[in-house]
Amino acid sequence: MARSSDGSKATEGVLRPSDHIDSTPADGGGLNEPKLGVLGYLRFFWRQLTSMRTALVLLLLLAVAAVPGSLVPQRSADPNGVAQYFVTNPDLAPILDSIQMFDVYTSAWFSAIYLLLFVSLVGCIIPRIRHHWQAMRARPPRTPKRLSRLEGFVRDERAEGTVADAVDAAERTLKRAGYRTERYGDSVSAERGYLRETGNLVFHSALVGVLVTVGVGGGFGYQGQKIIVEGQTFVNTLLAYDSFSPGRFFDQDALDPYSITLDQLDVVYEEENLDALGQPTDFTAHVDLLDQDGTTSDGEIKVNHPLRVHGNDVFLLGNGYAPVITVRDGEGNIAFSEAVPFLPQDANLTSLGVVKVPDALPEQLGLVGFAYPTQGYLDSGAMTSVYPDDIRPVVSFNVFTGDLGVDDGIPRSVYELDTRDMTQVAGRGTDVDAIILEPGQTQDLPNGLGSVTFESMPRFVSVDVHHDPSQLWVLVFAVLVLLGLLSSLFIPRRRVWIRVTAGADGGIVSEYAGLARGEDPGLSAAVSALAKQHADRL
Amino acid sequence: MTPSLDTVSVILVYSAIAVYALAFIAFTMDLARRAGEVRTVAAASVGTAASSGSGGTALLDREQIEAGDATASRGRLVWLRIGLSLTIIGFVVHLVATVLRGLAAERVPWANMYEFSLTATLIITAVFLGVQLRQDLRFLGTFIIGLVTVLLGLSTVGFYVSVVPLPPSLQSIWLIIHVFVASLGTAFLGLGAALSIMQLLQHRREGLPVESRFTRMRAFASLPDAEKLENLAYRLIIVGFVFWTFTLIAGAIWAEAAWGRYWGWDVKEVWTFVIWTIFAGYIHARSTRGWRGVPSAWLAIVGFSSVLFNYTVVNLFFNGLHSYSGLTE
Repeated sequence: MARSSDGSKATEGVLRPSDHIDSTPADGGGLNEPKLGVLGYLRFFWRQLTSMRTALVLLLLLAVAAVPGSLVPQRSADPNGVAQYFVTNPDLAPILDSIQMFDVYTSAWFSAIYLLLFVSLVGCIIPRIRHHWQAMRARPPRTPKRLSRLEGFVRDERAEGTVADAVDAAERTLKRAGYRTERYGDSVSAERGYLRETGNLVFHSALVGVLVTVGVGGGFGYQGQKIIVEGQTFVNTLLAYDSFSPGRFFDQDALDPYSITLDQLDVVYEEENLDALGQPTDFTAHVDLLDQDGTTSDGEIKVNHPLRVHGNDVFLLGNGYAPVITVRDGEGNIAFSEAVPFLPQDANLTSLGVVKVPDALPEQLGLVGFAYPTQGYLDSGAMTSVYPDDIRPVVSFNVFTGDLGVDDGIPRSVYELDTRDMTQVAGRGTDVDAIILEPGQTQDLPNGLGSVTFESMPRFVSVDVHHDPSQLWVLVFAVLVLLGLLSSLFIPRRRVWIRVTAGADGGIVSEYAGLARGEDPGLSAAVSALAKQHADRL
Repeated sequence: MTPSLDTVSVILVYSAIAVYALAFIAFTMDLARRAGEVRTVAAASVGTAASSGSGGTALLDREQIEAGDATASRGRLVWLRIGLSLTIIGFVVHLVATVLRGLAAERVPWANMYEFSLTATLIITAVFLGVQLRQDLRFLGTFIIGLVTVLLGLSTVGFYVSVVPLPPSLQSIWLIIHVFVASLGTAFLGLGAALSIMQLLQHRREGLPVESRFTRMRAFASLPDAEKLENLAYRLIIVGFVFWTFTLIAGAIWAEAAWGRYWGWDVKEVWTFVIWTIFAGYIHARSTRGWRGVPSAWLAIVGFSSVLFNYTVVNLFFNGLHSYSGLTE
């Protein structure tokens, strides 16, 4: 192993783990070594951990360990997929769950692999950084006796010139080519390509940087989802979110209470290409922003173009229709009048929605139904939407009456109607036809229960609001990773020597040779080029 | 209706496939010829070798390799030239087809599985041709043009979709950069893996007893030795690795803009990471004692197989955010 604190020896090259191909094999089989103490064992394990072989095995293990996460749905990316997996594989799922197969990337075993890998990495690069620091300030090594044994050896004889001039010219040539030079008698020793090792160390350190910023920085962020209907306003407070996931170190005061009003969602549909008729080609949400200090401004949110505001990034992730439904109860009072977001079920935005009217008298009402932006019929006669734009909007409802089950404090999904304690009074399966309405139309409910009005059909958007202060740092480290990689792979580190001697019958003899430090396919060509440049100077 | 640009493009794609198939045959003829011609050299040399002892055999073996490169190879060079010329013709036709598809769609021609196959195979061929300017790797023609023919053929038959406008999620400058660099990386990694396969075969040949080298794996006698093949593979793979690293970073930047997070372990992200890690392993293996040579070559092959897996199986059968094949399930 080339480990040495002696300055002159440090120049012998680049410090590597003992099983690196460029380092000399450790001598002795350890047969006569004294018994290892506790410290000896620790040192032994540390050496094993920081060896190339261990790092390589951990790296390959990491690749293998990442694969299951693509085969089994992950809670972080696809929670519904996990729930579905439990339903379809009731026997297998709990077993997989017990070995954290649904949380692969936060699992103990995956974490163990990458943490060990990074400990190994840090253990490897810290001594190398120290060593490289010394090497960069050390003098290029003494010129070897026989250059002819080295790579790219060139010998050039010429009848005129003096040794001293030729050595000067050699030094200038090498300096010009970016070498660090040192004269040893009538020879010049030169080295270049320190940036190769610098790049290598930057690459590995930046990887550690990425890991640390992702791990620590991510904890200060948060993300939340919110559905906003055209004309409605969202205020950035914890309560206003439909769902919210804070990072570990999140502080509620970090939320800046600005507000966003959705003016309009413009959707552009393909209208000419028959192969893609009705395919949306653009979504633009026009919003008004109101800051805490009262200033207002306009904004736009598009797919791929989030709105960056107050340290938050607001993303447009989904959209649909939110029919405005008014329900009057049996006593003629308006019991409900709201825009209700319906969930799109297909490409033509046939959408499913639920209207819960807990304030209706004498009994609570529940409506389950569909919105069809452009109503048409399937071959079976059932209604469907045939185009995603709102050309001929229609809503249809089945009506239930009874107990909605919302008063017992148990949280219920707003997109599902629990009909266990309810009686169906209209729609499929009853004597009364389903309620079918166009905008502006009102229809009475049976048994004097009241009436339902379909007022209008605005669009809604679902937005994701993100705050991640570590993001920029991750990018900085990622760029460093790339730059480090480029210089560590493509900058050759090499030593070159030029020695000048007086010729036997006057004149001078110049000898050139090089030594590769690591991968360097172009060394011979580089030595020849230097020889030629040197000759040109003489 | 006059034939649309896309119709012309498809006709040209089929033409390119046919030309590539012919080029593939020519390259294969070359390999077959190599096997044949070494036998004649060998037949001439075995007699002398028998009388001059084992030292002489080793010497002859070397001479015979040189002979394979120089004098006795005129017949084979014709096939190599035919193969390369056909590849260039196929490439030009393929290029025009791809450009027409882009013009028909009024955007870059790599927004769905079919278009991506079209462009990626074009880039693989371009890199294969471009590398020849610096290093004669025509002997990889059988592998590379074979792969291109199969991929292009399968995707044209199986993945073709008519021109449709870009969904909003793909309307980004990163579509141009991210996908293009990914294809470029794929091309270099593919060439590297092909060289690694050659390296393994050559390694096996070099392990044969000297006598049986005259009768077995003769096609490899005229190819570079295993170490040279490994060095070439390494030089191509590190270029591919840099492109792959860039793809990963560019993809993360795009993911942040499109989905609000730069990394989310989506299936495609997982496999891009896995591939990156395997090739990082390859680069380390090459400088780890005991891992250089055969083990590192296997890593390159496993890595490129993962690239192909990522591009085919993951695209078609795994549900994820990168479902842009344009094919309905």
